[in-house]
Amino acid sequence: MARKISLALKRGASCVGCDIAVVNLSQKLFDLLEIADIVFSPTLLDVKYDDLRKMPDKSITIGLYHGAVRNSDNEEFAKIMRDKCQVLIAYGACAHMGGIPGLANVSNREKIFQTVYKETFSTDNPKCVFPQTEWVDDRGHKLTLPEFYDEVYTLDDVVDVDYYVPACPPTHEMNMEILNLIKDWVEGKRDLPPKGTVIAREKTLCDECPRNPGKGKKITVEKLKYISEVEPDPEKCFLEQGILCLGPATRAGCGAPCIEANMPCRGCMGPTSFVMDQGGSMLSAIASILGISEDEIELSEEDIEKLVSQLKDPLGCFYRFSLPKSLLRKVVQDREV
Amino acid sequence: MSEENGKLNILVFTCNWCAYAGADLAGVSRLQMPTEFRQIRTMCSARVDPEFILYAFRNGADGVMVAGCHPGDCHYIGGNYRTRRRMALLKMLLQQFGLNPRRLRLEWVSAGEGQKFARVVSEFIEEIRKLGPSPYRKQGAKHGQENITCPEKRG
Repeated sequence: MARKISLALKRGASCVGCDIAVVNLSQKLFDLLEIADIVFSPTLLDVKYDDLRKMPDKSITIGLYHGAVRNSDNEEFAKIMRDKCQVLIAYGACAHMGGIPGLANVSNREKIFQTVYKETFSTDNPKCVFPQTEWVDDRGHKLTLPEFYDEVYTLDDVVDVDYYVPACPPTHEMNMEILNLIKDWVEGKRDLPPKGTVIAREKTLCDECPRNPGKGKKITVEKLKYISEVEPDPEKCFLEQGILCLGPATRAGCGAPCIEANMPCRGCMGPTSFVMDQGGSMLSAIASILGISEDEIELSEEDIEKLVSQLKDPLGCFYRFSLPKSLLRKVVQDREV
Repeated sequence: MSEENGKLNILVFTCNWCAYAGADLAGVSRLQMPTEFRQIRTMCSARVDPEFILYAFRNGADGVMVAGCHPGDCHYIGGNYRTRRRMALLKMLLQQFGLNPRRLRLEWVSAGEGQKFARVVSEFIEEIRKLGPSPYRKQGAKHGQENITCPEKRG
């Protein structure tokens, strides 16, 4: 039998769904355990952070880090994972592109603290105490908390990352692909892919979508509809039905489980490597098919504004999973004139 | 892009068939214009991917103007119809990012409208001067964020 490798799972700003995604290998989990020992995973095993700190450098073969980098604790452990693991994988949408926690970049620390520790209806905080990174009580006990950052970072903003696994969460099939990659590598059948590879396809979701109306067929949207307002046709392309679907700007490789469940794509796989910005790419796609008609010349600029304002929240729709990795990254405050 | 104090970074995309010829006419007619803009010629205004504009703002542009053929005059028949939808939606997006949407401007300039080109560019630069440098200029690059490069190959 080939040598056994070791595997560590560590979470950052994450919902822990990615740990569950690993367990979701179901019976194939035994295949994983046959080739790998899980040496560190706070969700699955009874381990302490010190256990990880005490391990020798590069002693873990593969580390999966899931979740965004939201505070100093996340960053510290991202660095520790980098030191201890030979191969570090950004696992899941949050570590890859920021994911849902990354949407906090529409705000900042100050505003988030105001909302969470002051303004919400159920908060009782008369002295207006906000989290402190350090506090000493009357008897001299020092207590510390990690520092909450002003913005959300992705894993590769703070450490060097070897591979990326997108999706929220990575599907069973994607996990099987990684498992087979690792298995073949352990058994010496083939090398790992080149560094920086995103373990998914290089095409867009539309390319693999079972509802793709086919090459050369033009899609136009008269009126945008929200999935909450209509019952979508289970066979027809979502964009043809006027429902916003991020398929044209999203990487394929997930196997389209949302589409099969009659839900449009929300873009958790991130953009393909051919574009810099998922939102810009989607904006371009949706704007180009919106209400193109015969009497175009008669439309005024106001009519166009009205047409595009059907889309209520472009930032939230286009960057739902990729805001910290987008070109503009975070919201700023400009001057009004 | 230069980041010297007081100097604005203004980018003007012009389409090959109308706006570029209009800009050319403004030049050969020796019309007075501020010199603070840089011009990039594209084959069509629809070639200006919203990404290019976001990329420009990320790299310190204070204002971006896209100039193309008048509706109905597009050399490729419908390119500018896409452009105007994209720019309208992009303005909404920029506003959500906290940028003043007036930092992005769409203008129709025909090959004969040298006067108009000079006028709209002067107006735009004046407006950006009032707005001052873009807040994205001050966004210090932390954690190695600065190194986004254009993808070399495009499918």
